[in-house]
Amino acid sequence: MTQLLAQATPYLTVQSLDARRLFIEVCYLAASALFILGLRGLTAPDKARRGMQLAAAGMLLAVIGTLIKEEIVSYIWIIVGLVVGSGIGAAISIWMPMTAIPQRTAISHAFGALAATLVGIEHYDHMRHEYMRLAARTEMPLDFSTFEMLALGFEVLFGSLTITGSFMAFGKLQGFVPSRPITYKFQNEINIGLFGLAVVLFIGLIAASSQDWWHPLMFYLMVALGLAVGVLIVLPIGGADMPVVISLLNSYAGLAASATGFALQNNVLIIAGALDGASGFFLSILMSRAMNRSFRNVLFGAFGAVAEQEAAVAGADERIVKSVSVDDAAIQLAYASSVIIVPGYGMAVAQAQHQVRELAEQIESRGGEVKYAIHPVAGRMPGHMNVLLAEANVPYDKLFEMDEINHEFSRADVALVIGANDVVNPAAKKDASSPIYGMPILNADQAKSVIVLKRSMNPGFSQIENELFYDPKCALLFGDAKSSLSKLVAAMKSL
Amino acid sequence: MDSLSILQLYVFVLAGFVGFQVITKVPALLHTPLMSATNAISGISLVGSLVAAGADRGAMSTALGLIAVTAATINVVGGFMITDRMLKMFKREERRT
Repeated sequence: MTQLLAQATPYLTVQSLDARRLFIEVCYLAASALFILGLRGLTAPDKARRGMQLAAAGMLLAVIGTLIKEEIVSYIWIIVGLVVGSGIGAAISIWMPMTAIPQRTAISHAFGALAATLVGIEHYDHMRHEYMRLAARTEMPLDFSTFEMLALGFEVLFGSLTITGSFMAFGKLQGFVPSRPITYKFQNEINIGLFGLAVVLFIGLIAASSQDWWHPLMFYLMVALGLAVGVLIVLPIGGADMPVVISLLNSYAGLAASATGFALQNNVLIIAGALDGASGFFLSILMSRAMNRSFRNVLFGAFGAVAEQEAAVAGADERIVKSVSVDDAAIQLAYASSVIIVPGYGMAVAQAQHQVRELAEQIESRGGEVKYAIHPVAGRMPGHMNVLLAEANVPYDKLFEMDEINHEFSRADVALVIGANDVVNPAAKKDASSPIYGMPILNADQAKSVIVLKRSMNPGFSQIENELFYDPKCALLFGDAKSSLSKLVAAMKSL
Repeated sequence: MDSLSILQLYVFVLAGFVGFQVITKVPALLHTPLMSATNAISGISLVGSLVAAGADRGAMSTALGLIAVTAATINVVGGFMITDRMLKMFKREERRT
């Protein structure tokens, strides 16, 4: 009977390590070390690829270690899943354009969370029946331990929230869900209420015996609530806040994996999940700080933003902006000895990164120096602009972080703002009533002149009026960023 | 709470600290590859999924396991491949002749 217990419930006995288990543990330990080494590689661009190969090797080891586990008796469905998953994963990563990276990352978080949640549900269902069977046979009150239920609950709660939350983020980025904040009355109250209900069910799951018929009912209701909260919490979040949301979901996906590790008593899951959780958490702190906002404000702040934008837009009608023709802008750039390019989400939308590089080459061929100033929250996810410019063959030593380049704007002849708005809005420094007041910005307004490539006079995603556009030394070049840049390149060539 | 669970908490907390220490040193330049790399690593749920799909614990377990294996594999394979594709693009300035 001890054998029977040991087989079914690793929680009840400490298993001694036979050769097979030892090998598995060695694989897992090596995998954990390789993951950490792999992430360490990302501290320098020239070591990064090698690092990621180490991490991928770690993943392979973890899979091999798992495949020789004695619990696994049939490989048919495993192979089917691995083949189908690899096919889809490879296809997405080969054919997806770089501009769609934020969407891919968001949907990928949903896949990871889906796997964790399903593993949690399977574990719950399987173990509940095991405990019932064993309890009936041994006449002992066997049940989930508090710790096991706690881990399972966190796993499915984080998991389900991340599945739908990430799917909504994917929808907003892909454009089939409106990217503006969707708000309605009592929104925060409803969200908090539903989440509170899920927490109550969670406590109930731990307190009650899993052999009661309504225990699974509570469990699945909690999963359903998690799914609902995931949708509702992302609805009111605007497109410009996506960097924070994606980072947060990244963190949750990791925490769900860690919780899976606690439930399955598997250290490699705990470690990999913790790494992912820490990374996502760190990035979301960084992103919030770059917007001078708190998590609370990002997650629950949509109402304020709606009221403020109306006031801001209303007061702006009378002032005039100066627009510039393509030819004049081309002359200005041709004779500039130092140009700083400030890319924003507009560049990504217009897929204009290649034209940006062509323009930079034109300026450089005339002896001008070109640098790129990258704001931490430019784009829709952390580091979005860097990847796009790297894709267009812009060398990474020309890409500068905000703190590195901010003091150089005052010496620049031209600051060329391409599809960026809030990250160069001087109101963040001067106007205490502005919703973005306090947010660190790029000092484009200190450049000797500023050219802004802009689709129209509509304020950006945050709907905040930008003082910079009314500055006498600032000129606007209206039109789609890609076609404006092509025209600029052509005009410079013919000079 | 048994001693094994305590040990697991140690592992979790310490791994979190290691992660935080390593990741704070990643430059903003590589934040997108970082996120897609950690995302690929969080596909480690694959380990749990494989057991569910192959342990022959009934139709429901196998079905859930199969979906989980597929989803996690998309995450792992897609994540590592796209990270590599991104990292390949980051180049230093070439010396022009």
